[in-house]
Amino acid sequence: MIARLKSWEGFLLLSLLVIIGINTGMTPEFLTVGNQINLFQLSIEKIIVALVMTFIIINGEIDLSVGSMMGLSACAFGWMVKEQGVAAPAAIAISLGIGVLGGALNGWFITRVGLPSLVVTLATLIGFRGLARVLVEDRGLTDFPDWFDALGQQGLIGPLPFALVAFAVLFLILYIVLEHSGFGRKTQVIGTNREVAEFAGIDTDRHKMILFIASGTIAAFAGLLYAARVGAVRGDVANGFELDIITIVLLGGVSIFGGTGSLIGTLLAILIVLNIRNGMALLNITGHIQTGVIGLLLIASVIVPRLKIGTGKEKTT
Amino acid sequence: MTGLFNRLSPQGLRLLALLAVILLLLAFFASQIDGYFNARLFSRISGSVAIMALIATAQTLVILTRNIDLSIGSIVGFTAFAAGTLVSANPGMNALLLVVFCCVVGAGFGAVNGLVVACARVPSIIVTLATMAIFRSLLVEYSDGKSITTNSLPAWLTEFPNMPVFTLFGLEFRAAFVAALIVVFAVHLALTRLRPMRQFFAVGSNPEAAEMAGIDARRVVFSAFVLSGALAGLAGLLFLARFGNITVVAGLGFELKSVASAVVGGVNIFGGSGSVIGALLGAVLVDVIDTSLVRWAIVSEFWREAVLGALILLSVTTDTLFTRRLVAWRAARAHARREAALVREARL
Repeated sequence: MIARLKSWEGFLLLSLLVIIGINTGMTPEFLTVGNQINLFQLSIEKIIVALVMTFIIINGEIDLSVGSMMGLSACAFGWMVKEQGVAAPAAIAISLGIGVLGGALNGWFITRVGLPSLVVTLATLIGFRGLARVLVEDRGLTDFPDWFDALGQQGLIGPLPFALVAFAVLFLILYIVLEHSGFGRKTQVIGTNREVAEFAGIDTDRHKMILFIASGTIAAFAGLLYAARVGAVRGDVANGFELDIITIVLLGGVSIFGGTGSLIGTLLAILIVLNIRNGMALLNITGHIQTGVIGLLLIASVIVPRLKIGTGKEKTT
Repeated sequence: MTGLFNRLSPQGLRLLALLAVILLLLAFFASQIDGYFNARLFSRISGSVAIMALIATAQTLVILTRNIDLSIGSIVGFTAFAAGTLVSANPGMNALLLVVFCCVVGAGFGAVNGLVVACARVPSIIVTLATMAIFRSLLVEYSDGKSITTNSLPAWLTEFPNMPVFTLFGLEFRAAFVAALIVVFAVHLALTRLRPMRQFFAVGSNPEAAEMAGIDARRVVFSAFVLSGALAGLAGLLFLARFGNITVVAGLGFELKSVASAVVGGVNIFGGSGSVIGALLGAVLVDVIDTSLVRWAIVSEFWREAVLGALILLSVTTDTLFTRRLVAWRAARAHARREAALVREARL
């Protein structure tokens, strides 16, 4: 198992170095602080959600509704501030509350009714998006308070914008939680074998509930970051982001069957995806092709470590 | 009555319940919307159900074997574009040849998915998440920024979906809908009668047991993906004929719609149980809501997706609880009957 994880993350690290090398070779400005921050800024919302998605997938579940929750919280914020006259701080709090409720809704159907998370979150993917459209219909809302826009667009600590700081802090906290806390250990145990976890006295339902509420809340938070960064919201904010987010997490070596995976892997995958997109954009290659290349990498990331195991150490888990 | 009730499988009951929900919904909308039932309603619903039914059927085949196909929308988009390019270059080409072309293109993509899933044993959700993007980027490369327009297509193709085939109770059955129905029923018959397709269920309910029973699970999974690809190819052809204008985003989002239709139709997401008739009814239900909410004055059409999401949750929840209860109730009754028989024997 360790050999497999090492080769997986090693493969990711190698790919990352190659990509950075090529990119730097093409454009010397690539490695400047400004470009690197910019590169993070452009997908900051997705990568923040990817951190929690790592927990969800390690736990053996999936949350397809995150993109729609991002859209719903952004639209709810815009609707409250621009059309209902709610003060922006209150609107932020309510939007985050919507995230908590949405996550709890997912968690309730998954743990109490016992439905598969794939089905529940597929339904709420459609439902949350629908609520976002009910709120803003086909209008575009813009012109938020200046401090809100500034939070999304300007540096908070030096050149580092608020969202990037939030990402770094969240990464550190979640890393400690996953690797060095009972909660993280439980997440892995439940993902490996839910029945064994039950017998070991873990309240798996409660655990899953917490994870889905966290996922909804962070997605709502990311939706607000999107609204602040772009300075405008529409009904289709963050449409289809869930697939990008899941791709990043799987590329990072998290097993779709649960149990294994690490936040380091997810971080490497984030860096790879961001650098590939940035490098290809510099070559004038369009978004769909970029996604295609990342798709190829996703398949390779599953097959390559397996090939290594097949040729050398035949060690099954 | 109880005899019939006992003979029906949970699946059969599920289909009846779904049918009842559709009828109730139709009745509800008829009471809310003036002049709801008219010939246009049927044509509109049947027109879009034709495409959805095919992709829901394609998705069902894959889900039955405990897999999922997220690349289905990209396959539909690519086939629609390729068929459009082919037929606008050769307007006089044989229609049957075009159908075969679409099936082969779709099956080719399905074979790629099937090969990686079955032989390399990569989980299908990862493979098809990747191929969804890869096939879409192939389409972007292939189209080279151009798009297919209705004007460039021959009239026989664009008129096909609206061509009346027969009229029943004043409802006009049009060619695309009839064709889709024929395909779905053919797949249904094959799934219920043909040995190789019965194996889909076996592999889906327990892959290890199926292997032990001598079923080549890899071959079964591979063929499910190929068949599903071929059906998606057919859906691509209908998509082309119905809309005419094809851009690189054609079929975007179909992967989740097809899964939703199948799940509403009672197909178990973990494989092993379900029917394509259920998927067809699921597609109809989704479409009835879609089409009707647009015309319901009290509710803005923007409620469509919100209602749809709630409906999927409701339908799956009732299905799960209902099936659970039913199975428990039947087991209890069978147990009681056995007890009674034992008591009778003891008395003798």
